[in-house]
Amino acid sequence: MDVSSGDVNGPHSMGTTIIGVTYDGGVVLGADSRTSTGMYVANRASDKITQLTDNVYVCRSGSAADSQIVSDYVRYFLHQHTIQLGQPSTVKVAANLVRLLSYSNKNMLQTGLIVGGWDKYEGGKIYGIPLGGTVLELPFTIGGSGSSYLYGFFDQAWKEGMTREEAEQLVVKAVSLAIARDGASGGVVRTVTINKDGVTRKFYAGDTLPLWHEELEPQNSLLDTLSAASPEPMIS
Amino acid sequence: MNLADSTQAMNNLLGSEADSQRTLYPYVTGTSVVGIKYKDGILLAADMGGSYGSTLRYKTVERLKPVGKHSIIGASGEISDFQEIMRYLDELILYDNMWDDGNSLGPKEVHNYLTRMMYNRRNKFNPLWNSLVLGGVKNGQKYLGTVSMIGVHYEDNHVATGFGNHLARPILRDEWHENLTFEEGVKLLEKCMRVLLYRDRSAVNKLQIAKITEAGVTISQPYALKTSWDLSAFKNPTAGAEGSW
Repeated sequence: MDVSSGDVNGPHSMGTTIIGVTYDGGVVLGADSRTSTGMYVANRASDKITQLTDNVYVCRSGSAADSQIVSDYVRYFLHQHTIQLGQPSTVKVAANLVRLLSYSNKNMLQTGLIVGGWDKYEGGKIYGIPLGGTVLELPFTIGGSGSSYLYGFFDQAWKEGMTREEAEQLVVKAVSLAIARDGASGGVVRTVTINKDGVTRKFYAGDTLPLWHEELEPQNSLLDTLSAASPEPMIS
Repeated sequence: MNLADSTQAMNNLLGSEADSQRTLYPYVTGTSVVGIKYKDGILLAADMGGSYGSTLRYKTVERLKPVGKHSIIGASGEISDFQEIMRYLDELILYDNMWDDGNSLGPKEVHNYLTRMMYNRRNKFNPLWNSLVLGGVKNGQKYLGTVSMIGVHYEDNHVATGFGNHLARPILRDEWHENLTFEEGVKLLEKCMRVLLYRDRSAVNKLQIAKITEAGVTISQPYALKTSWDLSAFKNPTAGAEGSW
């Protein structure tokens, strides 16, 4: 019923919010959990942070199919690489493998990825790999359609040398802000923290996230407030 | 070879851009409205979102409004067109009141007026880009109807616009029955609105419920619904299946 038109030749904005942030000792990856087909939410609890190796994960955005197949291939290559190398692969190798696929298939793929992990040589590293296959090693990066709403936020809130807790809180706050304004992002906030001690997955459900401007405290039903308050809580 | 001809013909039909204002596509839109009949009258529910494409731009848009003494209207689609419709309706009610004859327009009449308005605009290729729900009670008779942007109109015991048709109406077909109490009706509408919140990208967690009975119209204060995310399947959906969703 609703017609959403626009410039069909312009860059396609992707339905998601993904974030990768380095901190003193590791990285924090974050994402929302909404997968949409058109205006319908096909999966409200997806997992967009995918494992490539024990120490390297990737945040996926854009076409679900394209991002899944790229990460599947990279996982396969990295597995062989780890065996041949005889030790855990580095984050840089993982990022480069993603680049090889994204760049050489740039006309057919539509996926933006954030590769993040920890290795003993470089410590925690984040690589942003947008459409086209550019690789940029960055202290933090954001992606997906929801990221449009976060550029100003990160310009102001990002600081070098954060602690693990500060970085996690920043990521959760950011994804939650993007969810508030981007229709293509929603659901829960998932984070994956990677450092020398290993990997920790966290999950922040809808009602545990902070409330932003014009958002109200959720309640079970209108009937609760109607019985609690007196005469006319309904106005005409 | 015929392309030039057909373009010319189409241009003549459609008129030049400069001549008139036509709604070609919507800008600020509201999503579903859901309505049900219950024991004492009608209940309507709608969230307060005004989306600007995929951005959830405005979150306190009132999409449920009273019309005269006997009706309420709920609108989805282009908000500016809804505001224009409200101007027309307020004028209609004003003229009706000016007769001062003790008679007043009931929901059936208002619904018919809306239908004519939407259909005639559609015939001029300049639609009001809305789907409307019109409910009311007059002389004990309950009325609930809907009109689309092309003039399709009908009445039923439960109606919805947009995604509500696909997500809410199946629930209503299953659980609606004659003589719902107010509490049952509100709970049923909230069940529908919660599903829409989960599954409609343009839904926003702030809604209003409007009630109309013989006594009159009341529209609730905005409130938000609790949502459920703690199913165990949601915690680690890809454990053992890396790379899936």
